[in-house]
Amino acid sequence: MSGVRVLVGTRKGAFVLTSDAKRKRWDVAGPHFGGWEVYHLKGSPADPNRLYASQSSGWFGQIIQRSNDGGTTWEQVGNAFTYASVPGTHQWYDGTPHPWEFARVWHLEPSLTDPDTVYAGVEDAALFRSVDGGTTWHELAGLREHSTGASWQPGAGGMCLHTIVLDPADAQRIYVAISAAGAFRSDDGGSTWRAINQGLRSEGIPDPTAEVGHCVHRIAMHPSRPSVLFMQKHWDVMRSDDAGDSWREISGDLPSDFGFPIQIHAHEPDTIYVVPIKSDSEHFPPEGKLRVYRSRTGGESWEALTRGLPQEHCYVNVLRDAMAVDTLDSCGVYFGTTGGDVYASADSGDSWGPIVRDLPAVLSVEVQTLP
Amino acid sequence: MIRIVLPAHLRTLARVTGEVAIAVDPPTTHRAVLDALEASYPMLRGTIRDHVTQRRRPFVRFFACGQDLSHEAPDTALPDAVTSGAEPLLIVGAMAGG
Repeated sequence: MSGVRVLVGTRKGAFVLTSDAKRKRWDVAGPHFGGWEVYHLKGSPADPNRLYASQSSGWFGQIIQRSNDGGTTWEQVGNAFTYASVPGTHQWYDGTPHPWEFARVWHLEPSLTDPDTVYAGVEDAALFRSVDGGTTWHELAGLREHSTGASWQPGAGGMCLHTIVLDPADAQRIYVAISAAGAFRSDDGGSTWRAINQGLRSEGIPDPTAEVGHCVHRIAMHPSRPSVLFMQKHWDVMRSDDAGDSWREISGDLPSDFGFPIQIHAHEPDTIYVVPIKSDSEHFPPEGKLRVYRSRTGGESWEALTRGLPQEHCYVNVLRDAMAVDTLDSCGVYFGTTGGDVYASADSGDSWGPIVRDLPAVLSVEVQTLP
Repeated sequence: MIRIVLPAHLRTLARVTGEVAIAVDPPTTHRAVLDALEASYPMLRGTIRDHVTQRRRPFVRFFACGQDLSHEAPDTALPDAVTSGAEPLLIVGAMAGG
C-alpha cells in the first residue's frame, strides 16, 4: 500500500512524519540534528530512500547530512562550499561593495534521475552541485559571474539562492531564484545564465522594472507543463507561459498578494495554492486568519480554504520552502508554520488538520509519495 | 597527549561522549592542535575554523587554564599545562543566545 513521508526542517532540528495513503494517522520521528537549524531536507526522485539535509548553526557553520534509508539513519558528508573563482563583490546594504561570503545552504535539490547528483542553493547567492552524493561540491560559477552579479543586494534574510527548479523535459534547463536579485534560467546545464525578470514590477527598488533586484520568494512548476511557471514574489503572484521569458500578474482577488510559498496541485496544473501574508512588515495572515488560497484557473480568481485552519488570533508565518504536495488521489497539500505546526489536507485543500503540533519554527516541508 | 573538551554539538558530530585526546608533535600551537584534531575527526572540518580562511568561527572560543586564548595568533604555543596534558583545551560555543 502506498504511503507518504513528510520531511520537516525546523529551527532546532529535522522531523520525519509518515502515514499510509489514508493520511489520517501520523508517526513522528525526530528531532534529528537537535538544536541545529535545518533549512531544508529533500529526497531523491530517483531513489526515495536517499535524502539530503542542510544542517547549520551560527556557531559551528554548515553540515550536510545524507540518509540511505529514508531518514532513519544519517551520515555526515561534505561541507566545503568554496566559490570556484575569485569571489568578487556584491552590493552591501549600504550600497558599498561586499565580498561574497558563504553562510549556509538554504535549499537542496536532488537530480530528477541520479541519486548521487544534488544541487545546493547557498547564501551568499551561488549554486553548487555534487555528483558524488554530497561528498564534494563544485560551484556553477557562471551564475554568480552573471554581468549583473556585482549589483545584487541581500534581502532582509540575507542574499540567498533559495529556489532551484529542474526541468523534467530538458535536462539542460535549470531555474533559480535569489533574494533580492530575481529569477535566472540556464539552458546549458548551469554554465551560463540569463535573468528572467521581464514583467516583474517591484516598487521597493529604484527602477521598478529593472533587469535584476527583484525579491522573488518562490517559483513552482508542474512537471507535465514545464514552460509554465508560477511565482510568489515579495509582493505579487505572477505567471509565465514562456519559461520565464515574460511574466504577468495573477494576484486577482487575493486579500494580500504578499507571501512566501506557492505550490501546484499534483494532477491539475492550473490549480495553485498560496498563503497570503498581510505585508512585508507584518509577517502574519491578514485578520489573524490562517487561510490557504486556491485558484483553479491558473490565477486571477481565488478561493479561501479555511476548514480546519485557525480563523482567529493566528499570527504565524509560512516560509517559502514550507509547502508541498503529494501525488496521491486526491492530492495532499501540506504546509508548516513558524508556530511549529504542520497542517495537511488529504482532499486538495478542501479541509485541513494538524499532523504535528508545537515543533520548533518550521523552515521547510517536503513530501515524498511512496510506492 | 593533548586533552580537548568539545562542545556538545561537536561531540555529537564526532561521535564521542567525553574528552578527546590527540597526539601532537611540538611545537603545540593552536594551528597544530586544530590540524591534528581535524585529522582525527574529519567531520569537524569547517565547524571550528572556516574551510578557506582557517580563521576561528566567530562564536567559537578557546579557553585553557582559566584564560581566554581565542584571540591568540594561530602559531602561538598553547600553555605548558595543556601541552603536558595536565589541563584540557576547552573549545566552547560562545554564549550568544538561542
